[in-house]
Amino acid sequence: MEYFTQLFLGGLTRGSIYALIALGYTMVYGIIELINFTHGEIYMIGAFTALITASVLTLYGFNELSILVMASLVAVIYSSAYGYTIEKIAYKPLRHAPRLSPLISAIGMSIFLQNYVLLAQTSDFVPFPALVPEFAFMKAYEHIFSSAELMILLTTTVVMIILSCVIKFTKTGMAMRATAQDRKMAMLVGVDVNRIISVTFIIGSALAAVGGVLIASHIGQINFYIGFIAGIKAFTAAVLGGIGSIPGAVLGGFVLGWTESFATGYVSSDYEDVFAFALLVLILIFRPAGILGKSKSEKV
Amino acid sequence: MLKLVNVKTSYGNIEALKGISMEVHEGEIITLIGSNGAGKTTTLMSISGITPPRAGEILFMGRPIHNMSPDMIVSHGISQVPEGRHIFPELSVMENLHMGAFLRTDREGIAKDIDYVFGLFPILTDRRHQAGGTLSGGEQQMLAISRALMARPRLLLLDEPSLGLAPKVVKQIFDIIRRINTEQKTTVFLVEQNANLALQAAHRGYVMENGRIVLEDHADRLLSNEEVKKAYLGM
Ligand SMILES: Nc1ncnc2c1ncn2[C@@H]1O[C@H](COP(=O)(O)OP(=O)(O)OP(=O)(O)O)[C@@H](O)[C@H]1O
Ligand SMILES: [Mg+2]
Repeated sequence: MEYFTQLFLGGLTRGSIYALIALGYTMVYGIIELINFTHGEIYMIGAFTALITASVLTLYGFNELSILVMASLVAVIYSSAYGYTIEKIAYKPLRHAPRLSPLISAIGMSIFLQNYVLLAQTSDFVPFPALVPEFAFMKAYEHIFSSAELMILLTTTVVMIILSCVIKFTKTGMAMRATAQDRKMAMLVGVDVNRIISVTFIIGSALAAVGGVLIASHIGQINFYIGFIAGIKAFTAAVLGGIGSIPGAVLGGFVLGWTESFATGYVSSDYEDVFAFALLVLILIFRPAGILGKSKSEKV
Repeated sequence: MLKLVNVKTSYGNIEALKGISMEVHEGEIITLIGSNGAGKTTTLMSISGITPPRAGEILFMGRPIHNMSPDMIVSHGISQVPEGRHIFPELSVMENLHMGAFLRTDREGIAKDIDYVFGLFPILTDRRHQAGGTLSGGEQQMLAISRALMARPRLLLLDEPSLGLAPKVVKQIFDIIRRINTEQKTTVFLVEQNANLALQAAHRGYVMENGRIVLEDHADRLLSNEEVKKAYLGM
């Protein structure tokens, strides 16, 4: 039972990170029907920004928790700026081009960013400091659930609650939903759709940066390639849940996290990805639109 | 109030508007009639800035608006109820109304106007928390008009408000259009397939064929015009 609990909590933590990143994919897709392939790189850039910030702050002798908070803040700002800029230079000029063009632009941008970080840093893994302190009250549960995992779970939960409040209760959030449902009509009531698209990229990038910092601090090392792996996983989660659906992205993240965790724990860690993608294939066969997604005919 | 001068609009290399000129005076109801594919919807979308004209001028209150973005045009006082209503399906009735008031910041005024449109269409009051997509066709048309009114437009563009509705609902909606015109002094630009109905409600009318304006006159004179009778009134 304890082993089960451990796997359950591990899957939950992992899933919450997938969910956080999947939200960026799904929100962008909901508004402009584009798979934003640079999203994983935004996450990776967030992690590197946090690493650099943390290194500097460590020199000044700040404590772990304040470094975590400040490094996350800088990462969020930096990644958001990247997300905003990428949309403006790589996607916006192609808004009225055939659908494949922005997709190719996205893949190109993703490769460019990977190589840019590869050249600026190194291809090797670089150590990332553990920024989450060991909480005393977690001592007794250390073997099934670590302080770092608790921090991940708490942060992702808070961030997701804030996000749903923004989307549900603010005017910008309402405009985002309206734009996703009917872009032309949103323009006709006076929504500046370009602004909404920018806001969506900024929010998605901020979430990815938070995810990047949390994971980097948990795993303890990063390189230029982590965004690709995390990106594929989170994209899988978004598709699982139903791309375009916000609750779907969260659910898809958890489903994927648990699948991986239990498959690793009960079968073999070699098969982690096999199970994840087998699940994706199964869902796509039986529910092509994803768990919570709407089929095209429903969405008129 | 609104003036179109030799407006040309194209989709790719298909020219949908081949140089049309029209004028709408403050306070009137004008109608634009024409058969399928004549270019009526394109005319309204050109005014709203969704399909900006390739050539020509559109002036509103003397100001050129043909280079403005759609949100700027709304903020100058032009709202549109598009063909097919385009209710935001997953937003509630209230949220749809608030989207109509998107560019306004006067909370009290917005609340008052919500009461006003609920007064025009009492049935929407009972549906206020229902998702827009679950309303009936007639209710959606009422909501679409209400949403456009929430912007407090000076000029209201209506694209085929009678489409697919029962005669009783059509009558109700046309009564409201007249009422908005007299009570709120809102100028109305009405596009209709149902020429008879439109010409009875309007002061003046334009007839469009193949992207060109072919006739322009007082509504009652168009109603008794032999060609109009034959082509659009089924007589
Ligand atoms: N998005 C588009 N792409 C290409 N051609 C278009 C597009 N929209 C309209 N057209 C063409 O432009 C012309 C005018 O269309 P428009 O929709 O303005 O006509 P309409 O008078 O509103 O017709 P209806 O009464 O059927 O609504 C038509 O020939 C139509 O095929
Ligand atoms: Mg039309």
